Amino acid sequence: MRIRIERRPIVSRPLLYLTPPLAVVATMLVCFGLFAVMGDNPARSLYAFFIAPLLSGNGLAELGVKAAPLVMIAVGLAAGFRANVWNIGAEGQLTLGAICGGGVALAFWNQPGGWILPLMCLAGILGGMIWAAIPAFLRVVLGVNEILTSLMLTYVASLFLAILVYGPWKDPEGFNYPQSRMFSPAETLPILIPGTRLHLGVVVALLIAIAAWLVMSRSMLGFQIRAAGLAPAAARYAGFSRARLVWITMLASGGLAGLAGVFEVAGPIGQLIPTLTPGYGFTAIIVAFLGRLDPLGIILAGLVVALSYIGGDNAQVVAGLPAATTGLVQGLLLFLLLASDFLVRYRLRIAAPRTTPLPVKAPA
Amino acid sequence: MTASVLIPLLVTVVNSATPLLLAALGELVVERSGVLNLGIEGMMLVGAVCAFATMTLTGSDTLAVLAGAAAGAALSLVFGVLTLTLVANQVATGLALTIFGIGLSALIGKGFTGHPVPALPRLSLHGVSDLPVAGALLFRYDALVYFGLLMTPAIAWFLARSRAGLILRAVGEADLSAHSIGYDVIRIRYLAVLFGGAMSGLGGAYLSLAYTPLWVEDMTAGRGWIALALVVFAAWRPWRVLAGAWLFGGVTVLQLFLQGSGRLPVPSQVLAMVPYLATIIVLTIMSSGALRGRLEAPACLGKPFRPAS
Amino acid sequence: MTARLALVGITKRFPGVLANSDIDLTVEPGEIHALLGENGAGKSTLVKIIYGVLQADAGSMQWEGRPVAVPDPRAARALGIGMVFQHFSLFEAMTVLENVALGLDQPEPMGKLAERVRAVSAAYGLPLDPGREVYTLSVGERQRIEIVRCLLGAPKLLIMDEPTSVLTPQEVEVLFATLRRLAAEGVSILYISHKLREIEALCHRATVLRGGRVVAVCDPRTESAASMARMMIGAELRMPAHREGVTTGAVRLAVDRLSLPAESMHGVALRDIGFEVRGGEVFGIAGVAGNGQAELMLALSGERPAPRAEAMRIDGRPCGTLGAARRRRRGLSCVPEERNGHAAIPDLSLVENAVLTAHRRRALLAGGFIRAGRAAAFAREIVRDFDVRTPGIDMPASSLSGGNLQKFVFGREILQEPGVLVVSQPTWGVDAGAAAAIHRALLALAGRGAAVVVISQDLDELLALSDRLAVINLGVLSAPMAAQHVSTEQLGLLMGGVHGGSAPAGIASLELAHAD
Repeated sequence: MRIRIERRPIVSRPLLYLTPPLAVVATMLVCFGLFAVMGDNPARSLYAFFIAPLLSGNGLAELGVKAAPLVMIAVGLAAGFRANVWNIGAEGQLTLGAICGGGVALAFWNQPGGWILPLMCLAGILGGMIWAAIPAFLRVVLGVNEILTSLMLTYVASLFLAILVYGPWKDPEGFNYPQSRMFSPAETLPILIPGTRLHLGVVVALLIAIAAWLVMSRSMLGFQIRAAGLAPAAARYAGFSRARLVWITMLASGGLAGLAGVFEVAGPIGQLIPTLTPGYGFTAIIVAFLGRLDPLGIILAGLVVALSYIGGDNAQVVAGLPAATTGLVQGLLLFLLLASDFLVRYRLRIAAPRTTPLPVKAPA
Repeated sequence: MTASVLIPLLVTVVNSATPLLLAALGELVVERSGVLNLGIEGMMLVGAVCAFATMTLTGSDTLAVLAGAAAGAALSLVFGVLTLTLVANQVATGLALTIFGIGLSALIGKGFTGHPVPALPRLSLHGVSDLPVAGALLFRYDALVYFGLLMTPAIAWFLARSRAGLILRAVGEADLSAHSIGYDVIRIRYLAVLFGGAMSGLGGAYLSLAYTPLWVEDMTAGRGWIALALVVFAAWRPWRVLAGAWLFGGVTVLQLFLQGSGRLPVPSQVLAMVPYLATIIVLTIMSSGALRGRLEAPACLGKPFRPAS
Repeated sequence: MTARLALVGITKRFPGVLANSDIDLTVEPGEIHALLGENGAGKSTLVKIIYGVLQADAGSMQWEGRPVAVPDPRAARALGIGMVFQHFSLFEAMTVLENVALGLDQPEPMGKLAERVRAVSAAYGLPLDPGREVYTLSVGERQRIEIVRCLLGAPKLLIMDEPTSVLTPQEVEVLFATLRRLAAEGVSILYISHKLREIEALCHRATVLRGGRVVAVCDPRTESAASMARMMIGAELRMPAHREGVTTGAVRLAVDRLSLPAESMHGVALRDIGFEVRGGEVFGIAGVAGNGQAELMLALSGERPAPRAEAMRIDGRPCGTLGAARRRRRGLSCVPEERNGHAAIPDLSLVENAVLTAHRRRALLAGGFIRAGRAAAFAREIVRDFDVRTPGIDMPASSLSGGNLQKFVFGREILQEPGVLVVSQPTWGVDAGAAAAIHRALLALAGRGAAVVVISQDLDELLALSDRLAVINLGVLSAPMAAQHVSTEQLGLLMGGVHGGSAPAGIASLELAHAD
């Protein structure tokens, strides 16, 4: 008797959707062991990390606030990943979006008018798109791998932001801190539930994800993106333009990251500072995979990963876990998810010594 | 520019090239076997922090260096299990490795931030190391610098001349062919991935033991990604990796030098952008310079392999 | 005399498929033994088990009277088994010598090995330059590497998996001479094929497989091709009757001085391709694999547009610079050779695969969104009209057998009623029933006034289907010939690059010189 690994003739649908929650549970189990090793009461740490944030209204609101940028970015990235376009520079595109949106805010500072906020959003989308257009151009026209170029531009973007907030955009009344003025009320996203930080952007993120789901699952464009990723030769045979799909997915993911950047600076942060996010642009990659590159799945995945941020902060205070635990848990989650993918495509079989013949069918 | 400025500058170039060289040589071997490991940044960080922690706790630089290599290899083993045994997407797994490595290294390094250790000892040959120009330029580095320099011809020889190297290239060139004439593709790729991990770990160890001798979170600052770019730049050839590492070392040092001199009327961040922009420019030139770069990429690079049994 | 190889009760199961069922087989020393069966009968699986690439689920193997286990190809080679694969196990970017060295289990110095390669290749009439890189070689030369690599190990059993599909008829003769000589020296040869005439000419004994089981063992020298065909497919071999008195209409597809550089270093450049196909006509393109068929297919389909608009006309309108989607709008349909990942997407459902190329001509879109109902109806129509065996239209394409998927792809293209249809290797890897259905559908489409181009390496298929045909060699297309007036020999010469005496000599005739 021996165990054999077999490719499933058909991908297992139930497992495809069952494995992400499975990976979440497995991550919790591994964390339990990890927290025990780190010397804390593991049950208490686990509770502080994964359960406590869900028990207060404010905790739930924060979940939305953190999930919104993750979902927006991940939805864009997922479209690209489906087409085998690996934009991993969303953090840079988010930064540039925040710079452009923030620039508009600072230019019209303290002026009234409902048009400023939409203008900021527009500028942010444009900024993110421009930053994504560079790797898109290099990939389409010159054949340069977008993974490295989009990533390198992230470093450039954050240095660019630093130049601005340490230099020309520094708050003149800010005691020389490297940060811009606080945005005026007309430049700040409305709060939906008073007393929390839940802002309008959270609803927009949800609507974007639903729209993206419609496009990806029902439209010809979504079909083309999926086809191009699954079988590039077949997409070429069907006449889908590779260059067009690279442009569309890069610009869409860049634009969404840029908008997420505006939402951060016009929402929870309220100004430009040197470090805008705890790495949402990178964490969104995890969210995209955890959500099975499906916009509806990404909404759920965004909430789970948002929980790891809030839980991490909470566990830091309550259980004394180090801040880095958050990143570790997120990396672990993606590892376990990728590992569980194996079950979707393959199955383990115990090969018996003698087998009774099956009905004969032409072999592949 | 006088020799008193130039020689230390060149020495710094060699030093700052070393982590890139070590990591890129390792990745070159991995990619030649047909595997794309994007997790160098994560492996370097974990290598750096483990080497640093070992140094702080034991005081032994040999143990520290070995710990760095072992940590890198251990992390690459995770990558190997996921991509080779469980056939996960290599790009996604590499990204996961980096995210995980950043978190893990920060966690391990929490207690070690801000306490310097003595830097790795430098070569001191009686008489030779004190030679006027050659002494400083050639004979006063630490062991890891010489190790990187030795590994370049060693890997070049291994790939071009040895039978094991031939088999490694064959596996990267046509995994199905190699499998059908009886080579254990997955085992060979595991070995390559582990070697790459150890080399990345050494690159990280060099940063925390010799280059700065300090542990700082995220201290690799994108060097793992630059090492990846170097492999493309080098068209998968070891000697060109060395040249590329020196080129990037030079860019980095020049940038630091100009920042330090304060003579250029631009913010320091503009200069800090230079290595990243240089990477983009170099990649662009290499990718568009005829078809050369792409043709030399191993044919199976990044493709999953799972034979029927 | 003990048999060199004896298999008893070999059984091998793949997910959902019983590839080999209780197979017995013996091969004597010095015997050329045919393993005969149509595509999918389980021949390749069986020889992969003998060579240790696959492991049997049940059954035993005896080598010269002793029971043996063959866990991997290394063990097979240690016993004295050599194998030449149908899909070569070569490394394109490496030299001939490196390729040979990789196939040896006892490493030897490269200098000495190069000499042995030269010696063996000279002794058996298989000329090879050890220093050349594989991607610069023709398919025939590549096969020589595989054979030489085996012969260096002095095998007692040589397995040849469909060796002639990549050779011209003349090269086949040379190969047969080599094999007969090896057999005379006492080497056993297990020869896998579905080509009956070759087996009649070469083999001493034949084991016939059908559906993974042994259905007969016979002496091919005393059997007729027809009787062996009956054993192989379990029914009479039905080639479509040649259509008499075809009335052809206006020129629907015109290709004029179409040239394209090679896409990669491994590719073939197309040079001055020109031909015309009229409505109602079937035009065949013959040639040895790797002579530009794949490139021609991409050029005709629009996946690689030409620099000149006039290089190709559909119904008189220039379309050389148009991409695949716009050519399809003009009435062109194509079926490339590779089903999985080119003509169809394995991971997507049949409905989605129907949408892939038919979304415009069958009006499956509304405002950029897919009309799910219409798409499903079209998929159902394909399944019904082309007798595609599937549990449902929501099944992924990967769940279909080769023949069923090919019928689905042909159905999708033919139901769009194209004015011009170009197909490549229409029945490659397809069972006899599906092949016959596809042939009928092609002829019916031509009968409705479409121009049909068939690119194939199977001369029997081309001679049966085509009204006129031409031969492609090294990216150059010969002048078209009427199918009734052409002989296999003539085609063979053209396939080897000999163009009626006044041909451009060059590399093409060197090929033949090598073979002599």
